[in-house]
Amino acid sequence: MLECCEKHAELYNELEKYIKSLEGKKGILINVLHKAQELFGWLPQEVQEYVAEKLNISPSTVHGVVTFYNFFSTKPKGKNQIKICLGTACYVKGADRVMERFLSELGVEEGEVTEDGNFSVHGVRCLGACSMAPVVLVGEKDFFGKVTPDMVPTIIKKYKEEGK
Amino acid sequence: MKPITVLVSVDSNSVLLGAREFYKQLVELVKEYNFDSIVDVLETGTLGNYNGVTIAIMPDDVYYSVKTKDEVYKIFEEHILKGRKVPELEISKQKIITYKPEKLPEEYKIVTRNIGKINPKSIEEYIANDGYFALAKALKMTPEEIINEIKESGLRGRGGAGFPTGLKWEFTFKTSSDQKYIVCNADEGEPGTYKDRLIMEGDPHSVIEAMIIAGYAVGATKGYIYIRGEYFGSVENLRKAIKDAYEYGFLGENILNSNFNFDLSIRLGAGAYICGEETALLESIEGNAGRPRLKPPYPPQSGLFGKPTVINNVETLANVPPIILNGAKWFKSIGTENSPGTKVFCFAGNLSSRGIVELPMGVTVRELLALAEGASGTSNLKMVQTGGIAGTFINEEKFDTPLDYDSFANNGVSLGSGVILGVNDTHCVVDIALNVMEFFRHESCGKCTPCREGTKNAVNILEKMKRLEATKEDLDYLIEISNLAKDTALCGLGQSFPVPLLSLINNFKEEFLEHIEKQYCRANLCKKVEKKKVKSKFKL
Repeated sequence: MLECCEKHAELYNELEKYIKSLEGKKGILINVLHKAQELFGWLPQEVQEYVAEKLNISPSTVHGVVTFYNFFSTKPKGKNQIKICLGTACYVKGADRVMERFLSELGVEEGEVTEDGNFSVHGVRCLGACSMAPVVLVGEKDFFGKVTPDMVPTIIKKYKEEGK
Repeated sequence: MKPITVLVSVDSNSVLLGAREFYKQLVELVKEYNFDSIVDVLETGTLGNYNGVTIAIMPDDVYYSVKTKDEVYKIFEEHILKGRKVPELEISKQKIITYKPEKLPEEYKIVTRNIGKINPKSIEEYIANDGYFALAKALKMTPEEIINEIKESGLRGRGGAGFPTGLKWEFTFKTSSDQKYIVCNADEGEPGTYKDRLIMEGDPHSVIEAMIIAGYAVGATKGYIYIRGEYFGSVENLRKAIKDAYEYGFLGENILNSNFNFDLSIRLGAGAYICGEETALLESIEGNAGRPRLKPPYPPQSGLFGKPTVINNVETLANVPPIILNGAKWFKSIGTENSPGTKVFCFAGNLSSRGIVELPMGVTVRELLALAEGASGTSNLKMVQTGGIAGTFINEEKFDTPLDYDSFANNGVSLGSGVILGVNDTHCVVDIALNVMEFFRHESCGKCTPCREGTKNAVNILEKMKRLEATKEDLDYLIEISNLAKDTALCGLGQSFPVPLLSLINNFKEEFLEHIEKQYCRANLCKKVEKKKVKSKFKL
């Protein structure tokens, strides 16, 4: 288990409660991992091992599933994850230039977290909002459509201010 | 009903443009002016306008497109308070429903019949528009009669593969088992495609109703909707719809006193394109990594948890209630002989109008492009990709091909999931090919060699070509890899990544050769690089 501080114990408790609520159902691993990532922000090895133990399956099975899906992360991510759609529809509308601008504004490489831990930038596959291409998703729910490179500083500023 | 109804479109595109705030603003204004008893403000699905948020005022039948709160206020003040139209914000109804020259075939709404008309969160409104009538009718029919009706209608899978839906149901019906399942494939991950999202956001009950009918027809008592985790709006509307359907007795035990039971739940995907492949999707529901299974056995024999399973796409299912209500003969009268019915098309890329339209099968690419008003800006359309990322890239020569399930075999133009993606002449074919192959390399599950190694090698060659270093042999090898994967890959993904690649090479061979022989790129995007090995810019 993770070096325990109270916060983690709480998170583990909540995860356990969730697992109990699914008792008896088949094929729940992915649901449990969704919940775990929602709680912890990412899926450290310790959390994966914890899930394996609770569901009585091998840690390698859990790890195999975690690394298979894009949604699950084995690395910590920025507080605000900036996901830039690089699907064909967004690509032809200039998503690559939007990506470049984000990277240069924040001074990071793709997948890296900024020093203050506030942002990380990720290229993702189609987000299913092609009519608004190019599309940027910040966090889980904040969509920005028809993004131009010039809009990038404004978007970043918005989350910097919120973070304060 | 109150004398005035204001409809606000709150589909995912409108939400991006501030629809939720506009909706709230209107609700507050109505309260502030004490209009509660005469004005109803309701949410609805997409109304076909993608340049602003659509606000419709009924019964006046006036449609506005708004972008700011001031504009919303203006409409409230002028139209609702003073009863005067606001011409500068008005869009014609014609534009909303059809946006096309009169010569073109009429949009025919089956799948999208309720979208933009009803509040997707209200089961009452769905019922008021003949919702769950098909279920009531189906429960009085025998399973064989239902399956025959669907078979007779000629409905085929709208997810891309085009397998006859009635046959799927029949195979599942004929396999005996203590438990069978109905699965709705809502893992829409095909770049350029967003129709299922708009269907689920705008009319979730039609999918649910169809799944219950399918369950009754094949003898399944459990259903799963496997949906992309990113589709928050769809998930929210579906959850609410399922809850309401239980409350009204359309789900659960003894549905409409028929002794038939059916339970439905939602499973969230976790971001893997391959999970749109039906057996990979089943693996994922079972909690495993989504790698496709070897077929046969097919899901109707051995599917979810080893039990007989029907897997249908969202759009396919949304066709079922109208077929049950209106009959196979009616359905067959629409579209073409081998491909009856309609198709929902999604416009994407460099097209000036982007959105979904539903048209009878057999519409041509040119007609669709006319609807989308051609290329945007000053650049011209260079090519169109039809059918999704696994679909074909075509040039103008093939724009008159009617799109249906035979157009790929006959003319090399995919129908696929109905994407019409425009690409203008600022783009280079090699660069586009690289973008597409990067996607497939990333999404290949790695189970079979032709796909795992083929996509990787294709990316390498295209990177070389982008550096203007490729040779004729490289191009030949690229074609060889593609043909090999087409013949030998395990699943639909591996067999279809060659489709976009080969269509690009075949239709734009000259441009590929220019990169090789003259080290020249028309769009000036591919350049020589001093140091070796410049990876494509971003890894997906």
